[in-house]
Amino acid sequence: MDTKLEPIVKIIQEKFSATFEEFRDEVHLFLKPEQIVEALTLLRDEHKFELLSALTAVDYYPQVSPRFHVVYQLTSLAQNLSLQIRVPVNGTSPKVPTATGLYGVANWRERELLDMFGIEFEGHPDPRRILMPEGTEGHPLRKDFPLGYEEPQFTFNFDEIGLQKPHPKE
Amino acid sequence: MTQIEEVSIEQFKHLVSARALTGETMLLNMGPQHPSTHGVLRLLLELDGEIIVNCIPDIGYLHTGIEKNMEAKTYQKAEVMTDRLDYMNPMGNNLAYVMAVEKLVDLDVPVRAQGLRVILVELQRIASHLVWLGSVGLDLAAMSMFLYCFRERELILDIFELVSGQRMMTTYFRPGGVWRDVPVEFEKAVRDFLKIFPARIDEYEKLLTKNPLFLDRMLGLGILDSATALSYGVTGPTLRASGVNWDLRKARPYSGYEQYDFNVPVLTEGDTYARYLVHIQEFRESLKIIEQALNKLPFGPVHSENRKFVPPPRSEIGVSMESLIHHFKLWTEGFPAPKASVYSAVESPRGELGLLLEGDGGPKPLRVHLRTPSFDNLSVLSHIVNGHLVADLVAILASIDIVLGDIDR
Repeated sequence: MDTKLEPIVKIIQEKFSATFEEFRDEVHLFLKPEQIVEALTLLRDEHKFELLSALTAVDYYPQVSPRFHVVYQLTSLAQNLSLQIRVPVNGTSPKVPTATGLYGVANWRERELLDMFGIEFEGHPDPRRILMPEGTEGHPLRKDFPLGYEEPQFTFNFDEIGLQKPHPKE
Repeated sequence: MTQIEEVSIEQFKHLVSARALTGETMLLNMGPQHPSTHGVLRLLLELDGEIIVNCIPDIGYLHTGIEKNMEAKTYQKAEVMTDRLDYMNPMGNNLAYVMAVEKLVDLDVPVRAQGLRVILVELQRIASHLVWLGSVGLDLAAMSMFLYCFRERELILDIFELVSGQRMMTTYFRPGGVWRDVPVEFEKAVRDFLKIFPARIDEYEKLLTKNPLFLDRMLGLGILDSATALSYGVTGPTLRASGVNWDLRKARPYSGYEQYDFNVPVLTEGDTYARYLVHIQEFRESLKIIEQALNKLPFGPVHSENRKFVPPPRSEIGVSMESLIHHFKLWTEGFPAPKASVYSAVESPRGELGLLLEGDGGPKPLRVHLRTPSFDNLSVLSHIVNGHLVADLVAILASIDIVLGDIDR
């Protein structure tokens, strides 16, 4: 682990009784959902992690508890450090407090997670789907969502397949 | 079957001002079919006369489920999806992907392959900036810029065709190196380009940099301060035009960038014109890198000798049983990656292109997340266009350099 990163990890670990993993010089800290806003505030204001590089999730289906990890990839430009925070959440009704008050980028990224994984962010100012159209059923990046395909239309079955396709209302 | 529902104002009630509900201001769709949205982007504008009060970007028209598709393919086969991501930067996307795979399985890359990667990625950066410059010109009615820029871009695409057989969807970088060594004509083609291009940059500058019509449309528009930029995760030239010196090639050198001498152009104005100047200066810096990399390019192997991840050459298969087995295993099953996750990022022409790659011990990734720079860069748009004219929105949108394939994935 980077010598500059070590004290920061220690502070977070002691304050939130968090566990951490290390792989190929990357540090992953595991926090509980209710701690995330406090931890992000601390990291942003005291330790200069001013950039939330990525905010995404991983689905560990069929594992139920925790089913998802919400991943916060933080970057500190001033110290040139990276830190990853993972928040394990349950599969039944996944809820995490929003980070939109801290990082503007969280707005769209959280909408993406709501859309793709069905993870709700409590207190989000604009909880709409972002990539899929309104009214889509299911969450495409979940592992139990099938990877679909569209049958190619040829001249001999053009009408037959055309009938099965969804069309907007007249 | 999914029913597609009609869209009503109710959805956007919390995003527009109260005046929109009484009809005092007008709601107007710009796009999804609009030439200056650079793809299929819909902007819902709330207008007071010609002044923008609110701007609500609506994305997803180009969503193709690349992340989901990559999770269903082996590590080698998933790479072709990355070309289709940001179609102005296929080489850079390949680099981001292969670097993540190499980090996950701990694979070495020979020096020659690293040098070739740098040359091609920098050429790609120039090609991408050329499309950017051309389309900015086009949006501001400087039609000739578009033609000049595409003339030079053609030279770069010819080099890509020379090395990979493809002009755009190259898939030339592979985990552990590159597909095959470059042909002998490669060096001459790149040197010719290096000879031609500096004069062409001067030509662009002569046409635009001090052109009063261009300045009127660019100066002082869409000012983005550094705090907002960082909060919204803006990276790349857009961030550097707002006074933040952050370039992953300098800050966290990869693929041998630490050996090359180049500057990171940084401006503090944060307006549309500053973004233009940063792009122009990056042309010259990229040329410097290409020249140094070409001079330093050593001879030697272009892919790793680790047969567990890199297929053996065709000539070995006929004479070596081991090679035959490796070839068979790699092309039927793929290679397994450890049950762990890595995040690796490169500097694409648009900003930080990051990949969160998580393996599950098998030959297919459990999760591929593409942190695409355009997505975050676009999310800041609604904060910098308010109060501007609709005509200026075109210039601001063009200047933040978005690619819709990169946003929707």
